[in-house]
Amino acid sequence: MSTKVLAIDDSRTIRNLLRVSLEGAGFEYHSACDGVEGVEQFSEVEPDVVITDINMPNMDGFGVIENLRSGPNRTTVPIIVLTTESGPDLKARAREAGATGWIVKPFDDASLVSVLRRLTGHVV
Amino acid sequence: MLDVTEAPTEAQFEFITFSAGDQSFCLEITQIREIRRWTPVTKLPHTPDDVLGVMNLRGAVIPIFDLSARFGLGETVDNERNVVIVAAGGGTTIGLLVESVSEILSVAKSAIQETPDIKSEAARQAILGVISVGENMVRVVNLDAVLDTEGSSV
Amino acid sequence: MSNSSIRDTFFEECEELLEALVEGLAAMEENASDMEVVNAVFRAVHSIKGGAGAFALDRLVNFAHTFETVMDKVRSKQLDVDEQLMMLFHRSGDQLADLVEAARDGREPNAESEAAILKELGAYLDDAENEEELAFDAAPLAFDAAPMAIDLPEAEAEPPGEPEQRRFDIRFRPSPALYANGHEPLLLFDALAELGTLSVIADLSRLPEFDSFDPEDAVIDWRLTLQTSEDETVLHEVFEFVDALCELEIEVSEEPAESLPADLPEPADPIAAAPPPPDPAVPAALTTEPQGPAQKPAKQSPPRDEPRGPRPTLRVDLDRVDRLINTVGELIINQAMISQRIEELELPAVAHLTNELEAYKLLARDIQEGVMAIRAQPVKPLFQRMSRIVREAAEATGKKVKLVTVGDSTEVDKTVIERLADPLTHMVRNAVDHGLERPDKRSELGKDPAGSIRLSASHRSGSVFIEIADDGAGLNRTRILEKAIEKGLVSPEAELSEQEIDNLLFLPGFSTASEVSNLSGRGVGMDVVKNAVAALGGRVSIASTPGMGTTFTIVLPLTLAVMDGFVISIADQTMVIPIASIIETIRPNPRDLHCIGTDGEVISVRGAYVPIVDVARNLGLSGEGADSSGVLLLVSTEGQGLTALRVGAIHDQRQVVIKSLESNYGAIAGVSAATILGDGKIALILDPDELVKLTPAALFLPPAPPPKPELRHA
Repeated sequence: MSTKVLAIDDSRTIRNLLRVSLEGAGFEYHSACDGVEGVEQFSEVEPDVVITDINMPNMDGFGVIENLRSGPNRTTVPIIVLTTESGPDLKARAREAGATGWIVKPFDDASLVSVLRRLTGHVV
Repeated sequence: MLDVTEAPTEAQFEFITFSAGDQSFCLEITQIREIRRWTPVTKLPHTPDDVLGVMNLRGAVIPIFDLSARFGLGETVDNERNVVIVAAGGGTTIGLLVESVSEILSVAKSAIQETPDIKSEAARQAILGVISVGENMVRVVNLDAVLDTEGSSV
Repeated sequence: MSNSSIRDTFFEECEELLEALVEGLAAMEENASDMEVVNAVFRAVHSIKGGAGAFALDRLVNFAHTFETVMDKVRSKQLDVDEQLMMLFHRSGDQLADLVEAARDGREPNAESEAAILKELGAYLDDAENEEELAFDAAPLAFDAAPMAIDLPEAEAEPPGEPEQRRFDIRFRPSPALYANGHEPLLLFDALAELGTLSVIADLSRLPEFDSFDPEDAVIDWRLTLQTSEDETVLHEVFEFVDALCELEIEVSEEPAESLPADLPEPADPIAAAPPPPDPAVPAALTTEPQGPAQKPAKQSPPRDEPRGPRPTLRVDLDRVDRLINTVGELIINQAMISQRIEELELPAVAHLTNELEAYKLLARDIQEGVMAIRAQPVKPLFQRMSRIVREAAEATGKKVKLVTVGDSTEVDKTVIERLADPLTHMVRNAVDHGLERPDKRSELGKDPAGSIRLSASHRSGSVFIEIADDGAGLNRTRILEKAIEKGLVSPEAELSEQEIDNLLFLPGFSTASEVSNLSGRGVGMDVVKNAVAALGGRVSIASTPGMGTTFTIVLPLTLAVMDGFVISIADQTMVIPIASIIETIRPNPRDLHCIGTDGEVISVRGAYVPIVDVARNLGLSGEGADSSGVLLLVSTEGQGLTALRVGAIHDQRQVVIKSLESNYGAIAGVSAATILGDGKIALILDPDELVKLTPAALFLPPAPPPKPELRHA
């Protein structure tokens, strides 16, 4: 069974890019276009790793992380923040909320894939 | 005269022959989309007699011309064998009502002769050339001249 | 999906985001303290930046970043929005659109305004923010070249060897939260191992008795020794995201690289291993166990927020839609034919086919309606684009302009929208440039110093009407005529009606601007507009009142749009007339009918006499008078005012797809298009405006020479 990735991002472009990179690398790709949908999808998909944007409508990335870490889902799967931001405050906030890692857009396919493989411990 | 000068001389061209107004005509097969049974059409107001009306061809509205009337050979007589030849060129699709379709003709380019020197310039424009088949003379229809509805019906 | 098609979808998405941006800015204008709105604007800019970064569109990224940073200050209430800032936001939105377009088309953006706006935006930012900007600028953003700034263990190791190797002794004690946040010590060790030579010792001294074992507790301490040429900061970076979730000590040992960890204090029960995992059983039990809760499907999903942003859409090749539309047309015909055949069979009622047939018919209709709606799109985005044109034009001319849009939900075929953008742009520019007076002049005249331009769209008589109306000075007909004579476009003796003078504007090479402004003098005249509209099968007309303003009206056929029509019969032919054009249907009482002259006829409608036009006669259909006992449709026409159209009967009212006659044949007077009825037959759609014009032409003008082609004499 391949590793399931759930990507939460309101940008169709980023979702498309992620789909191409991750499906190409053999991951099972799922996506959601905002935080609320992301959290919903999470219970449905039960992904092995979550990638989330910060700035999103309805529920932002911090909301997603908090929800996944302490909400009913209460998961320990790695959550990676994928964003254009790089402020130390934001990073600290994400870490506090329970993020596992922080990747700044634009991302590089190969590194992203290697990071995901490492985090999930699967060789997909 | 034929717009096929680039083709090798002995390449074969296929034509579908049909009769209209008791004369024999043909159209190059690549210009023909399909051949349909005659079905009643919707008449158009303010149009010449050779414009029979419009027909629904899978959602597209295409005009149907009576080829015989268009060539001044009188209206096509109602007949069981009447068919509509759907032809297309230059982005336009039209239907031509003819008396009947006869056969497929495969000829070399060299078999197509220039239209004999006839008086009417218009007739010369409508006919690209002639092919002789046995004792018959088959006229190669210039589809562009027929498609040019502006010049003839407005 | 190839990279270039992702790029395409990025630009498509940008269009939507820019639309949302314009909408959001308009809403901010109403209420700048509505944080929902400010957030939406921020996100639109932010998403453009994010996508642009992926394609290394640095210039776009840079601008979006500055724009976003200022917007963020509004969002965090550090900055109040005043009129000036609002204006700057609008201009920034326009500039962003320009940059997106430039990036898409591979052209140079407007650098001058870009620099000016960046400077103005910069003025709202303090030094630190501006500095951050510079740092951002310098960051490599190229999609393929960019080293990923990532705070996770970086895979790429430096070429080993050359620099001096050092030894780090690391003590690492994870807290339970570390596991809860999805971290896995072994993965961190992997990352360290990539920096050099790593040895790992698990210290199990804290491991409790079996009975008191809490699977969610973290009980293993790790001692690590790393031989590496990397700097200590690199090591800290590996641990950055677990920093607060563990106890971490990193010490540099100055000992030579050769001395391996033999001198480490012996742990009580050492499990030494290099590389990890030492004993898969123990860490596995510890790390997988906390995942337990995740396996349970959580039933409580968070409450759904009501508005979920833009509704999801699907982009489809137009050809596919058109094919579908045609195929569905065939389906309808097929359905009608089957129904008819079955009826002809005169099956006994027990066959129960009627219900199924009826259901089939309804399903087929539903599909048809659904499919027809796909191609139609609201004119809203087109109108929104015009607000930018108005702003630019106002700025360039120093005039004050308000843009009012009406009917932007009017749906028009997609192609029409696309091809109307240029003509409309030109007309809107013209309206600002030539139509409106300067603010001081307007004040003098007692008008609002801010001029108004009204852009409206509507469906009427089966056509799309688009009007561009200004409340300016109106056309200066004397000047137009002078100019036309000067240019030799008309003879000085010509006596022209007002309408004819107005129409001189459409002549090629006509330009009225007596002073060369920034906008005019581009060599584009109204003739170009007229041709563009004509290419869409439409027409442009002008109405102007001195001192009150000028209105340009574009009338377009609804090529593939959907229209509500009455199915009527005219001399036994089935036709369709647009419902929108019909004011009233009248079953005439013979008392109200009156003759005028030999064949003129009028009907008295509430005291007014309205001319009757016999449709069959105007269309030259045989069986004239066939509809004499028919129904009258009261219509208001462009040229003739109120008119009653005589038709045979009204059969039905339904939505029809409009099919162009022109694509395969040509225009026919009085007929705007055709449609396909349920039985597969074609019905003509009447154009009331043109239909009534056929009367005087037929009565008073000599008939046009018979259009017999010479071909006939062959």
